[in-house]
Amino acid sequence: MKVAYWPGCVSRGFTPELHGSMARVAPLLDIELVELDRACCTGAGVIAEHNQELADTLNARTFALAQQVDGAEMMMNICSTCQGAQSECQERLDSNAEYREHVNATLSVEGLSYEKGLTNKNFLWLLVEEIGLDSLAARVKRPLSNLKVGPFYGCYIVRPRNRLGIDAEHPRDHYLHQVIETLGGTVIDYAGMRKCCGFPIITMNKQASLKQAARHLGDAMDADADCLVTPCPLCHLNLDLQQPLAAGATGRELDMPVLHLPQLVGLALGLDPKELGLQRHVVRPTSVIDWSSSVVGAAA
Amino acid sequence: MAEAHDRPAESFTIRLRRYDPQSGDAPYWDEHTVQLEPHRSVLEAILQARDRFDGSIGIRCSCRQAICGSCGVRVNGEPSLACHTHLDAAKSSSLRGGVIEIEPMGNMPVIKDLIVDMDAVHWKKIQRVTPWLLAKQPVPEREYIVDKEAMVDVTQTMACIQCGACVSDCLAMEVDPGFIGPAALAKAYRFVGDPRDDQQFERLNDLAQDPQGIFDCTHCFKCVEACPKDVNPMGQIMRLRRVAIADHDIVDVNNGERHEAAFATLVKDNGLLWEAELLPRSYGGNSWFGKFAPPAGKELLSSLPAILKALMRGKVTPMGALKPHRIPAGDLKAVQSIYEKVEGRKERYELNLYITGQDEDPAPAAHAGAIATGGAETAQVTAEQEGSNQ
Repeated sequence: MKVAYWPGCVSRGFTPELHGSMARVAPLLDIELVELDRACCTGAGVIAEHNQELADTLNARTFALAQQVDGAEMMMNICSTCQGAQSECQERLDSNAEYREHVNATLSVEGLSYEKGLTNKNFLWLLVEEIGLDSLAARVKRPLSNLKVGPFYGCYIVRPRNRLGIDAEHPRDHYLHQVIETLGGTVIDYAGMRKCCGFPIITMNKQASLKQAARHLGDAMDADADCLVTPCPLCHLNLDLQQPLAAGATGRELDMPVLHLPQLVGLALGLDPKELGLQRHVVRPTSVIDWSSSVVGAAA
Repeated sequence: MAEAHDRPAESFTIRLRRYDPQSGDAPYWDEHTVQLEPHRSVLEAILQARDRFDGSIGIRCSCRQAICGSCGVRVNGEPSLACHTHLDAAKSSSLRGGVIEIEPMGNMPVIKDLIVDMDAVHWKKIQRVTPWLLAKQPVPEREYIVDKEAMVDVTQTMACIQCGACVSDCLAMEVDPGFIGPAALAKAYRFVGDPRDDQQFERLNDLAQDPQGIFDCTHCFKCVEACPKDVNPMGQIMRLRRVAIADHDIVDVNNGERHEAAFATLVKDNGLLWEAELLPRSYGGNSWFGKFAPPAGKELLSSLPAILKALMRGKVTPMGALKPHRIPAGDLKAVQSIYEKVEGRKERYELNLYITGQDEDPAPAAHAGAIATGGAETAQVTAEQEGSNQ
């Protein structure tokens, strides 16, 4: 399937391994990525906090660009925060024709216009709802046997439920569980899996932010997880990049690898850990990956 | 609903977390099976268990119709009003094979069983935000004349019934109990947004400078989900930030204003976020020179363990840190012209879904409900120019 692909900023900045691993995994799932390289940052909620109309207009521009991609079935992103910020803007744009016209008037200078009703799915949602778990299972070359994976959903992709279309038919707040199981791994439940990683306040209250990250990492360690997997690069920054500082903030030794969702999928689909950029993580997943033979779970 | 009311009584098993701090005993779980019609509430089940099996079960309640806010508890892990949660719904959302698990709310000490100490946390925080009108002088001889729109703007916060559900699940408060929190900050907006109040700047400055004030919210949406009255406390906190920064030019000691300004500027300059520049600017000031300011240097030093590891792993390259990634020039120009047009407006245009409701023509069902449209059930007026809340 062909999608208008929004990688976000951080996946091309501090977590390049996310964008890179998505590019490797997409062909194995028959996803054609048409990158929205003309689009700008979603604002991650911060620009909306600064000026709501500005955030809505910038995102309407991205949606309009996505709607221009020939043959694309929908828009896809690989960042929960982008999903949350875009869904919030889209909710306002779709809910009021007068407001939409007002925003489109600004876009008209470029000849762009957003039409209500865009479908925009995070890779996690697309994987379960479009590719399908059966089809995913059929593509697994290297099941994640013996690998105990803690899902880390974060916030933006699970709340608020109404806005994100989460209901009994679409239990999107359980999709990471389903994907881990489909890939042959064992799901580890722990208290913090749908809590905040702390990243949004890292510059405002660093101690509280690091404590949040440390608490979830510690919970996952106590639950005996080998690694975590997340659909959000910002959560990844606080859980992986900041892990040495989080350990310092709480005085607990932490050693919990955190994988991006496309990396976990890529490992099961037979890709080499290095191709997926796993060597770039601050906490190297050596405890869960045998680097000599690339067999997952064997070295633990 | 009529059909649901016709259904006969059936068995529901409730699992209660029992705890009496004065007893010296540890908390324990207690199960009771009650007979009630499925449309009856979780509160009725608790009361029946208390009446028939154990008179010592502690639960606080009053109106039994979701108005008084007394019976806040956690049902199957989620904050809820016990009187506003139907037994059939609670059974189907059970994580224990149909057994309905009921616990006291979080972030507040337990007095007994399902009763938490609201005075120790919730009411203390409400008091913190001066929850009364500080009227403009001179007070008119008769009533104040206020724009209808201005009062509609604060209606959402006035819908709060002080049940504490948002406080119970606030994730910032979980690690930082001193955080003023969602209920009290929503209450603060009720007066900041009130055109009769005389202390808008003082209120905002106080809440912005407090390290546990408006910039301590982690934007996790927990309170938005928890609120049984759609008060959207997080949304109110974001509005407090917006009014503080945009209308009053408040520069806080918590980096809140600098972070927001740096974020907006970097996206305007590059189209994409430049993370390596965002962090030092958030500490040192929103310009290229910000990184050389002492607070930025101090932060850089304290983050060295993470930065060095990131450099060693090739996660962050010196080139990547020094050079922003940018969208094509033509697109950047278009983005900048959007900034200029929108930021150049005399008044901000804000859409409050609580009061504006949904389009009359429903959206063609987006892919499998991919993006729900609207979200407000209280459509009252059309889009309006909210302006600067003066």
